[in-house]
Amino acid sequence: MPVQYAGIKKEHEAVRKRAGLFDVSHMGEIIVEGPQAVAAVDRLVTNDVSKLDVGRALYTTCCNEAGYILDDLIVYRLEEEKVLVVCNASNRDKIVGHFAKNLGLGVPWNDVSDAWALLALQGPNAVAIMRDLGAPQDLLELPYFHVTRANLAGVELWLARTGYTGEDGYELFCASDDAVTLWKALLAAGETHGLEPVGLGARDTLRLEARLALYGNDISEETHPFEAGLGWVVKLNAHDFIGRDALRTIKAAGLKRKLVGFEMTGRGIARHGYPIVADGNRVGEVTSGSPGPTVGRNIGLGYVPLALAKVGTKLGIEIRGKVVDAVVVSTPFYKR
Amino acid sequence: MPVTYPRDLQYTRDHEWARIEDDVIRVGITSYAVEQLGDVTLVDMPAPGEDVQAHERFGDIESVKTVSELFAPVSGEVVEVNADLESSPELVNEGPYKEGWLITIRPSDQGELEGLMDAAKYEEYLGTLDG
Repeated sequence: MPVQYAGIKKEHEAVRKRAGLFDVSHMGEIIVEGPQAVAAVDRLVTNDVSKLDVGRALYTTCCNEAGYILDDLIVYRLEEEKVLVVCNASNRDKIVGHFAKNLGLGVPWNDVSDAWALLALQGPNAVAIMRDLGAPQDLLELPYFHVTRANLAGVELWLARTGYTGEDGYELFCASDDAVTLWKALLAAGETHGLEPVGLGARDTLRLEARLALYGNDISEETHPFEAGLGWVVKLNAHDFIGRDALRTIKAAGLKRKLVGFEMTGRGIARHGYPIVADGNRVGEVTSGSPGPTVGRNIGLGYVPLALAKVGTKLGIEIRGKVVDAVVVSTPFYKR
Repeated sequence: MPVTYPRDLQYTRDHEWARIEDDVIRVGITSYAVEQLGDVTLVDMPAPGEDVQAHERFGDIESVKTVSELFAPVSGEVVEVNADLESSPELVNEGPYKEGWLITIRPSDQGELEGLMDAAKYEEYLGTLDG
């Protein structure tokens, strides 16, 4: 996946106003099967997979014993005894190793990351494009975070109503050998709908505006779900999972810091790693920052002490030795 | 397809261009630099009257994705800065040799101009870079 095709701003706008097509085949995919599949995955993630109906998906974190984040995942229940776990490309080896070690004996699993491709069709025109591709009505009406088997453009695939842009859209899992066929068919169907290929650059600005966390930036093995604002995917009172005891302790102790959204009020662009300052003291660090092409402001995320996390709090961002004003704002920065 | 660069300009290895205009040097970045940067969103430049040093950083240019430093092709005093870039940084993308210019410098040492590349040399230099 290239950083850009026609330019980050142009691609970003295409996804917000029309549609964009992403080749995100670099993502990792693990299939877990058998009668124990659901229970076994449930033990590895913080959200409650046991209640996940066939054809539904959920977002979750996967934590270590200490309650810190190994990765964020989407878990799809494809069939009664078949679960698909999608992880970040950069974490594939780590997560495959973690699953191999902890799924349990007799639970068949397979890392299909190389055999599978993943295309994402995102934007307000996604449904119209799918219709022109020949998708029947039930696929067009597939609800958010649902997944189903489909055949489009002669390609067998799993079709999901998920994405990473803050827009409506689909993600399409197919065999790697079919990816080019599917990519071309989607681009052709999208031609009259303003569909454009989109690269990593716009993927990052789109997800940031929607306040979707990026592993390695906003969340990592140094952060736990509560301070990252992901407490909603931690189900402490459902089944046991790796990290549950630690997360109970962390929750009982209360948060010390929190991931907040901010926008620059002074002239400057915050970037990953820049210090956040208040009253001349370094109080945190920017985890993500860039111009927000749709919101029209320079925005960012970063961890700050709880006392500085309220919306409206004035912060400074140290940009190459110069402190530039910023203010804590509510997130997401953009909502469709 | 090889891009040809304006023949009336001098170039640096850091991808700035310099145009001699009477007693000042007008400075901008080349279309190669623009292509590497992508959409320019902010240009940080010195104030008129400040001194800049040849091959030293005089400002920063930011695109959606990255920050790059701007280096002065010659030493001297900044005479003008392109105020239009404050509200319209995209001018750098639209016309890097025209409305997207950055600053003008009154050079303190005319001899430094000798160290710059002409268009043919710059194109040759680009050929030695990756990608």
